[in-house]
Amino acid sequence: MKKFEITAQKDTRSGFGAGLLEAARHDERVVGLCADLTGSLMMDAFQKEYPHRFFQTGIAEANMMGLASGLAIGGKIPFTGTFANFSTGRVYDQIRQSIAYSHKNVKICASHAGLTLGEDGATHQILEDIGLMKMLPGMTVINPCDYNQTKAATLAIAQYYGPVYLRFGRPKWPVFTPENQVFEIGKALMLNEGADVSIFATGHLVWKAIQAGEILAEKGISAEIINIHTIKPLDAEAVLNSARKTRCVVTAEEHQINGGLGDSIAQILARNLPTPVEMVAVMDSFGESGKPEELLTKYHLDTSDVVAAAERAIARKI
Amino acid sequence: MDSTQLQVMATQVRRDILRQVYNVQSGHPGGSLGLADYFTALFFHFMKHNPSAFSMEANHEDVFILSNGHVSPVYYSVLARSGYFPVSELNTFRLINSRLQGHPATHEGLPGIRVATGSLGQGLSVAAGIALSKKLNKDDRTIYVVTGDGELQEGQIWEAVMYAAHNKLDNMLVAVDFNGQQIDGSIADIMGFDEIGSKFASFGWEVMYMDGNNMDEILTTVPQALSKLGHGKPVVIIMKTEMGQGVDFMMGTHAWHGKAPNAEQFEKAMAQLPETELGDF
Repeated sequence: MKKFEITAQKDTRSGFGAGLLEAARHDERVVGLCADLTGSLMMDAFQKEYPHRFFQTGIAEANMMGLASGLAIGGKIPFTGTFANFSTGRVYDQIRQSIAYSHKNVKICASHAGLTLGEDGATHQILEDIGLMKMLPGMTVINPCDYNQTKAATLAIAQYYGPVYLRFGRPKWPVFTPENQVFEIGKALMLNEGADVSIFATGHLVWKAIQAGEILAEKGISAEIINIHTIKPLDAEAVLNSARKTRCVVTAEEHQINGGLGDSIAQILARNLPTPVEMVAVMDSFGESGKPEELLTKYHLDTSDVVAAAERAIARKI
Repeated sequence: MDSTQLQVMATQVRRDILRQVYNVQSGHPGGSLGLADYFTALFFHFMKHNPSAFSMEANHEDVFILSNGHVSPVYYSVLARSGYFPVSELNTFRLINSRLQGHPATHEGLPGIRVATGSLGQGLSVAAGIALSKKLNKDDRTIYVVTGDGELQEGQIWEAVMYAAHNKLDNMLVAVDFNGQQIDGSIADIMGFDEIGSKFASFGWEVMYMDGNNMDEILTTVPQALSKLGHGKPVVIIMKTEMGQGVDFMMGTHAWHGKAPNAEQFEKAMAQLPETELGDF
């Protein structure tokens, strides 16, 4: 098992903030909108440097999505910022009609996604957002794994034309991918080549998958670990190549089992290469208040859960 | 165009509305007929736009956004008649493989449409975003918006109303199509407003009133409204219209909100709208 060095502990939302500022320096068409969460979204540096390109919308997310659509019509590249819950479920029809169906170049940037939002509890811990967004035709859905990758993804989506949902989180999290990496939308990243089981992980759970890989290695199991930062469009070739080799699959995500990465991978496999799949995800329930790590343990999204899922998958191999 | 020419065009637009809806036995004739005069005045008199070379960004052009997208027949008629696409394409309204979707959309690439509308309450926000981009671009052209009156029941409208006033979007002229009707009946019965204009005024908008079915009044009121732009406030015209205007049996009722005439009704309606030299599609 390849070694991954933790270079820092940083929140992915700060990667977004840094990426947005850099994207704005590269391209004057980049504008930002925020619904009263500028500090939480780490958009304050952008706001300070480009006050005339920052739009405070107040606590009115539906209007923010419409404003973003209009700014895109005017040739701007709008980045909206609010929590993942208010970026998706609250404004689904606005995104559907004014952005996705109208194919507007809007970047919907969503922080505090998943259980690791922590103490605020289930009202804010959306676990359905990947499913909501990936169902929209033409929507790109990205969930990077650490600070460096979130920054790179933010820069990449500024240069891509079309609607994008970029999902990131609140807590400090291990940084292990390279600084100044090039982010290729839709390209799965091979983190560790293995022979016995394929583990496809996204977002914060990529780090859990790496830790699981180390434990599995100690048990003599060779896990292939692949970072699926882009859930849509999914890198089907990477999924199929790996599954063809290992003949069993684990998916891991901080999301509902319904509608998430696991569903997307299971669909590719069912249609092309039926393969046993075990899913590490939230099992059709809401979250609750607690510390991020406590919640990941309670809802079975921890390292040990990825290990157990890998062992179950291997046992099901045909 | 002068008032007489505009009134002829408005009659032709009404004939187009009825024919589109009749052809497919589907669509929304009532509100469309009520808006024919204002749409005609905007597209053939007031707006500076470039129909022969449609540009999404509309730099240095006026922009029109229709928020209550179900009145697509009036929108398609003025777009075609002003040159965005061939008038003959009105024959494809609501048919499969058409660019003229039931509600306006960009998806099929119909020139003149900048955003899909139909799910109500969203167009004003989009228009406000275009207003922001024009200000950023130091482009002093105007964003014209039409909303329904029943549509004002949507909460997002008031988010946009508050935003536009707070941010001094004084390059937007909104017309509320105040015909007093919605699908299930009169607005007064369903969820009424005591007085729409005062609500906008209390949010900080400049408010004007107009008979939207009187071309001469439109031609005097809109320039007054435009002269109020650029002074720190968005402007709204509460525009009294009659649903079904121009066809006696379609007026004074919500029955024709989303219903097509049968053959006999179509002939009877067309007989009330004299043929013009512009010709039917």
